[in-house]
Amino acid sequence: MAKAESSGWGSRVGLILAMAGNAVGLGNFLRFPVQAVENGGGAFIIPYLVCFLLMGIPLLWVEWASGRFGGIRGNHSTPFIFDSMNKKRVWKYIGVFGIFTNIAVASYYCYIESWTMSYVYHSVIGTFDGMSQQQVSDFFSSYTDIGVSTTGIPYEAVVFYLLCLLLNTWILSKGLGGVEKVAKIGVPMLLIFGAFLAIKGLTLGTSGASAEIPDANALDGINFLWTPQFSSLLDLKVWLAAAGQIFFTLSLGMGTIHCYASYLKQKDDIALNSLSAGFTNEFVEVVLGSLIVVPIAAGYLGLDWVINNAGFGMAFQTMPFLFEKWGEFIGTISGVFWFGLLFFAGITSSLAMGTPWMGFMQDEFGWGRKKGAWTFGLIVLILGLPTVFFFKEGVFDEYDYWAGTVSLVVFAMAEIILFAWVFGITKGWDEINAGADVKLPKIYKPILKYVTPTILLIVFLGAFITPKDNDWKKAITEGWVLDNGSVLAKITNSDIVVNKEFYSDHKEYDQASGIVDTIIHDKENKVHILKVQDNIRFYRNEKGVVKEAKKEAILKNIGKNYVFFDSVAVCREYKFKWDNKITVQKGDVLKLGSTIATGEFTNKSLYTSIGRFLLLGLFLFICFLVWRAGRLKEHL
Amino acid sequence: MNTSALITMGITQILVTFFMVYFFVKVLRAPKQAEPDSYSENDED
Repeated sequence: MAKAESSGWGSRVGLILAMAGNAVGLGNFLRFPVQAVENGGGAFIIPYLVCFLLMGIPLLWVEWASGRFGGIRGNHSTPFIFDSMNKKRVWKYIGVFGIFTNIAVASYYCYIESWTMSYVYHSVIGTFDGMSQQQVSDFFSSYTDIGVSTTGIPYEAVVFYLLCLLLNTWILSKGLGGVEKVAKIGVPMLLIFGAFLAIKGLTLGTSGASAEIPDANALDGINFLWTPQFSSLLDLKVWLAAAGQIFFTLSLGMGTIHCYASYLKQKDDIALNSLSAGFTNEFVEVVLGSLIVVPIAAGYLGLDWVINNAGFGMAFQTMPFLFEKWGEFIGTISGVFWFGLLFFAGITSSLAMGTPWMGFMQDEFGWGRKKGAWTFGLIVLILGLPTVFFFKEGVFDEYDYWAGTVSLVVFAMAEIILFAWVFGITKGWDEINAGADVKLPKIYKPILKYVTPTILLIVFLGAFITPKDNDWKKAITEGWVLDNGSVLAKITNSDIVVNKEFYSDHKEYDQASGIVDTIIHDKENKVHILKVQDNIRFYRNEKGVVKEAKKEAILKNIGKNYVFFDSVAVCREYKFKWDNKITVQKGDVLKLGSTIATGEFTNKSLYTSIGRFLLLGLFLFICFLVWRAGRLKEHL
Repeated sequence: MNTSALITMGITQILVTFFMVYFFVKVLRAPKQAEPDSYSENDED
């Protein structure tokens, strides 16, 4: 079918910045340092770099080469890019993942992006001025609670989500030119903002120490991130985490790289372009990403706090509080820079997610780019609103798990088999080297054929049967108990242990332990509030590492390797409707599954099932479109 | 900072920065092809 509108990249630098912008995302600043902290600090960097060389770079070449190969045959989305590489129908339908993943991920990714927009606004108007750490953290909870407004704007989170989605759709409607312009502005801005904050992190030292935390030192954070611990190299968990991080950071297995590369011609280089885009992403992650969150947090709250609290939420629940310590002016500037860089990192990625759908509809059904962009926005809106309205009920996490994690690995495993084994490594290697401005080492030919698929297979199996607490050694020696995060546990719903039914006449306590602290009957708002307190005890070993008392291995060694360090009271709040009845009393000791209220309840399991149903519906809808497009091609 | 952390960080960050700059400069210096390529076709846009 004839193209509705021709398009292409304006310049080679524009293409590289767009590709780098696609790869650089929120994960570069949030996921990478957290993964490093959770996987032994300096030990993590070695497997990370090995996986970059053996899996990241080869997959980049595969995706660029496949995209260009399909593009010169008139295909700009993975179903028909794969079809042009092999005519067996199965590949066309595996290619559906390359559109499905993007739409599904965009629907919740735009929500995170909208938080960064909103937080830039709040940094400018001084919302966080004078707030305590707890208040900044509570602000985020209030923000994601749709019924509460933090600015006076009703449904603020929804308004910012709509604004963000509209902006994305409008830019997409301008075609590749619009995407390229945003990348040319966004990537340099992101580098400038990131460099400013990284220098602050690197030079903070002990200046953030306080009477409460006298040993706080930013250099402790850097030390922890970079001190190599070679013993961890034998831990499979660390390798799987490193391979997973390479995956997410380079935006592999999504179909966006294929789509961007499909606008190249046979004589255009891909070998050098992909290396340039890939290393730009690595620079942002390894150089800038490692010098912001962890050192700044360690500089004010201490390394122990970072080890125990490292997570995605730090970006929104902790950083604004820390920036305030730099004074009003620098604090505001830092807040704008931090959330600004996250916004640019986000939008350059979310724009990439819109292009496969547009390319597909343009190629197969002759749609114009405006129609393609606005329908993308509409589908994302339909799928995304449940993540906004039912964020706390787990729809967001469900999308992230199936579309943002599992689909990527499945798709990448299929594409490497197609490229190296079905399409053929000889033909594939020639395709990568066609028009190359750099001579590639021949060692990568066997790596592409044997090593990369093996790593991907291990990553896939690792995700499928992840043992409890990711403790592989224990699983092998003492018997296999699945982790709740494993694919197998998710498929069989064995990760849901309480409140299993969609609707129930009683509510079960969903934590391991706790003591009822407060019960409030709020007549004005017609809600019952139950607050449950749980004391978590922390222990420290000679390396200064603090762990929760719940870990069995530590409990066994208390008095030997670990000594009591601190305890913290965690308070969990449950809200019930006025016609429900709280069945516990102050001082009651709760266990997992204890009944805490009776009445009529809609449980989280309903919302996660709705999330799965929507994702499945989207996948089948795209399969239908691919089938229809195939029929149209046959009749031409 | 301890020495091993300083060395690991220094080597990693210098290597990554070097390769980023090296490949980007190589892109900028790559000879333009005689025939129109997919970028120059869009020069008038």
